[in-house]
Amino acid sequence: MIEMTNLTKRYGSFTALENLTLTIDKGTVFGFVGPNGAGKSTTFSILATLLAPSDGSAYVNGYDVTKNPKQVRRHIGYVPDFFGVYDQFKVNEYLDFYGASYGISSAERKAIIPQLLELVNLTEKADSYVDLLSRGMKQRLCLARALIHDPEVLILDEPASGLDPRARVEMRGILRELKNMDKTIIISSHILPELSEICDELGVIENGRLIASGNVGDIELQLQGQKTLLVTVKDNVEQAARFFEDDPNVVQINRDEQNGQLLQLSYQGSDDEQMALLKKAVNSDLSILTLSQKQTNLEDVFMEITKGGE
Amino acid sequence: MGRLQALFINPVLNKEIKLRFRSFKNFLGIFLFLAVCGAVSLAFIYIETQFSHDHFTASDSRNLFMLLSMGQLGLIVFITPGLTAGAISGEREKQTLNIMLTTQQSSTSIILSKLFSSILFLTLMLVASLPLYSIVFLYGGVSPQMVFVTFGCQLLTMLTIGSIGIMFSTLMKKTIVSTITTYGVMLFFVVGTIILFFIMLRFIVGVSQGPPGAGQSSHILPYLVLMLNPGVAMMTSFEKNMFVYQFQQLGIDWPLWLGFTLAYITMTVTALLIAIKRLRPAMRLKPTRKKKG
Repeated sequence: MIEMTNLTKRYGSFTALENLTLTIDKGTVFGFVGPNGAGKSTTFSILATLLAPSDGSAYVNGYDVTKNPKQVRRHIGYVPDFFGVYDQFKVNEYLDFYGASYGISSAERKAIIPQLLELVNLTEKADSYVDLLSRGMKQRLCLARALIHDPEVLILDEPASGLDPRARVEMRGILRELKNMDKTIIISSHILPELSEICDELGVIENGRLIASGNVGDIELQLQGQKTLLVTVKDNVEQAARFFEDDPNVVQINRDEQNGQLLQLSYQGSDDEQMALLKKAVNSDLSILTLSQKQTNLEDVFMEITKGGE
Repeated sequence: MGRLQALFINPVLNKEIKLRFRSFKNFLGIFLFLAVCGAVSLAFIYIETQFSHDHFTASDSRNLFMLLSMGQLGLIVFITPGLTAGAISGEREKQTLNIMLTTQQSSTSIILSKLFSSILFLTLMLVASLPLYSIVFLYGGVSPQMVFVTFGCQLLTMLTIGSIGIMFSTLMKKTIVSTITTYGVMLFFVVGTIILFFIMLRFIVGVSQGPPGAGQSSHILPYLVLMLNPGVAMMTSFEKNMFVYQFQQLGIDWPLWLGFTLAYITMTVTALLIAIKRLRPAMRLKPTRKKKG
């Protein structure tokens, strides 16, 4: 797991990261969203022991990044946003070098490397020079490299940047596999729909501050203060509207112009309160056909809250 | 023993050697170096036998040895900064350093591997040139001790310049800046120290009017400057009387090789310690609660 408390990084008078407090549980895939310069890479660099924080603390699997950086490095696999490769290495040799750098024995490396290449779909490129790989392949190779010592935590900084749509789909598939392997993954990306699809939780960061975190619905609630519930009734729409109006958490009710049987409720209650309301509605004599929460377009929410800051 | 072994035989060193020796230009470098050394040796013998006298004496052989040794020292001084000054900054520019720093390799291991892999290439050049020395041994005039001292001096020079290059490479972000700085320091060591020595000597001797007698203090500063010069240190090991008069004028009777050895070992250790300390960021330690994960 990852735990950050009041994590701060200053460069002179400029504050790149301000009091970031966040806990990411084991096995969670956490997406970090924010415009360029928001502090995502700074956070990742601190977690990867490449940058010392100015204040606050960060723990990876219980190890303090400032006090036990070597232990932290043992538990993380890091893919930076920009990285180079040793062009004169072959794919096998590249992975072998990093495996040895983590103290993995030669016999173990020989067993692990084919498995990793299979995971990232590079088996047929094992004897190719790294220089000859496409960008997408290099990204996947770098991901395999980050997995060579079987870390519990993966720190992936923009792993899908610069990839064509096909390569992105492949990368997404690999991330799903890693999720199934119960890895704790912290990932940043500009591709919001992709993140919301893969991640269990998201954090929105802007100007070095975490302005919202949680699942997509939570973030909508935190950012907009309310979410939208959709209720379709068979008849007696007015009666249904009056029923929902009585709930103190329902801020506003709109009747859909095209579908007269559809009510849109602006709701500001918690998940528990929402559950209670829906249960009450189902048990009432209202003729409810469907009850659902409107799927949020996270990208719109993000653009709204960051005011196109990129 | 295992830890010590891990410092010198490790993945970074293996990688460096593999990448370095795989390239054709390194093979070409050694080939050209040997060709030049061979041509110089043969030309020297030809000139000595055709124009000076019709035979090649032990004294000529000794001169040839000195010529080859000084040539190789010049090569070391000229090439080592180029091989080492980009060792760390080059990785930074290629964007491979951060990944390497997140592995389990210690800073000491990375720095020493970088140094030794660079030096290993130069050492290979020196070792490859050993057969050329057989020409010298054929005619005599050179003692085995002289050969060992010469090689020792060359190796120490290589180690020190390499360490300084690695240090600048760690401290400076850009390879070009690091390379220029290292060459600048080398230029001072090779040329600057001699000029500074004679300026200081002239000033001191001019003031004190001759060698210091009883009760007069000795002047160590010019000696401290000259001992930084590897060429002069090596020449004084060939010609024992070289600079003796000047040192007498300064009231110093230590052999220059002693100062050179101590200075170069100290510089090597200091440069390496700085590089090791500065390779990774100093993760600030503050009293925080240890969590159990």
